[in-house]
Amino acid sequence: MAVVLSNEFVSRGICRMTVAFKGDVLPGQFFMLRAWDKDPLLSRPISVHDYEDGKLTFLYQVVGKGTEMLSRLTPQSDVTLQGPLGNGFPRITGDLCVVGGGIGIAPLYYLVKNYRKHNPDGKCRVYLGFRDVAYGVEDFEQAADEVNLDIGGIITDQLQVASGEVVVTCGPEVMMKSVAKVVPAENRVYVSLEAHMACGIGACLGCTCATKYGNRKVCQDGPVFLRDEVFYV
Amino acid sequence: MSKQLATKFGEILFKNPVVPASGTFGFGREYEAYYDLEKLGGLCSKGLTLEPKPGNSGIRLWETPAGLMNSIGLENPGIDAFIEKEWPHLKELDTVTVVNVGGKDEESYLQAIEKLNAIEVKLIELNISCPNVKAGGMAYGMKAKTAGDITKKVVKLSNHPVMVKLSPNGDSVADIAKACEESGALGISLINTVQGMAIDYKKKAVVFDNLYAGLSGPAVKPIALRMTHQVCQAVKIPVMGMGGISTWEDALEFIMAGATCIQVGTMNFVNPLAPLDIIDGLQAYCEKEGLANIAEVRGIF
Repeated sequence: MAVVLSNEFVSRGICRMTVAFKGDVLPGQFFMLRAWDKDPLLSRPISVHDYEDGKLTFLYQVVGKGTEMLSRLTPQSDVTLQGPLGNGFPRITGDLCVVGGGIGIAPLYYLVKNYRKHNPDGKCRVYLGFRDVAYGVEDFEQAADEVNLDIGGIITDQLQVASGEVVVTCGPEVMMKSVAKVVPAENRVYVSLEAHMACGIGACLGCTCATKYGNRKVCQDGPVFLRDEVFYV
Repeated sequence: MSKQLATKFGEILFKNPVVPASGTFGFGREYEAYYDLEKLGGLCSKGLTLEPKPGNSGIRLWETPAGLMNSIGLENPGIDAFIEKEWPHLKELDTVTVVNVGGKDEESYLQAIEKLNAIEVKLIELNISCPNVKAGGMAYGMKAKTAGDITKKVVKLSNHPVMVKLSPNGDSVADIAKACEESGALGISLINTVQGMAIDYKKKAVVFDNLYAGLSGPAVKPIALRMTHQVCQAVKIPVMGMGGISTWEDALEFIMAGATCIQVGTMNFVNPLAPLDIIDGLQAYCEKEGLANIAEVRGIF
């Protein structure tokens, strides 16, 4: 059980919640959240947006009953957290290029912040795409060297990747597949997948994805995979 | 071991009647991070088939009010990989590991059973009730005749006691249970998931590639409780009841309906500690009611 410190809408249908949590949390990991008894039945897998000084932040989209109930939590109320779960992003050395679409930007902020901390001399460029309204952009602008924004278009139209940059993408599947296609084969590309999950710990086999090594679990073996592992190229 | 909760299922001693259900517990490893598996009465392995199975394509999970639909399709590493990689670990545990076996036809059931003769399994759970595979699976469990026939052949071939896991989707479940009993089953477990359907009206599409899927969770509990009662009335062999059990009170209701053990399924996804909470709740109930053993309230209706 964790205590909600703040929980506010930052854009239409997009909420940012901070809770008190102590532990080791890596960028790209997620938590299972619930703040109800048995309806809805399952907890909601939500990725880590930021973690610092015992404050764990989630940026999430209200899409159904569960996230709607999360959005109504007030400061000092309790939320049940299970996690951190999943492997998260690998530690990145060299230059980083991040491509996020919609609520897929959520795990990328902590990645960029963490990258900056460990690579003070590295270059970090960010591309963010939104369907109609942008959010969270200022945070990226503080943490990254360069932020490119697209609203209503196709983010990959302007994507230019430099030689040697490691690319990390999270967003709608169609966007990630497009990123995987336009980035040259020599650049390493990581994709962070989303899937329906029941348990989040590898038991239900509900989030299985096909990889070139056979079936893998998005929750336990991912959610981050190399683009060629999951047939995105 | 708790004197109040120690339970004999046939000749097999369970330290308590609480057993995580097949398909919700992997091979136990995922839950070892949360608690000591030896606290459990037993555990049921993921459903195993002779050959490895990749499972179903497309969406596999769909939430419903107080329920969960799944179409996993028996994804599993196959019997050989289980014996090689999972059994060495499971056999060391001081709890009853129940090995769940499925098949696509009679031959594949029997070959799987034969392979399991090589290891010291305490109890096999014969799955003739999976609604999510096209061949075999539930087909054997819909009618008393086919259920009895496959049970007879499996019991004859197996070195181990066999419990048959029944479907709620076929003919009278009591008749099917009786046929399994007459064919030599040591016990019955029920219910597997209730076959259902989901449609995404916005996409004008069915949700599951396999069209229908299996519903579990609290939504199915009253059906499961009724069927457990019917089977307990119909057979003399012990029964493991399951279907939407989420609290110790639910578990107690199944025991009062006649179940010897109970299985916890979907609730493992909701709260990984659910089986332990149920064990603790049953223990506290026995103490409060002054029961020497939980059996005192078993089958009271």
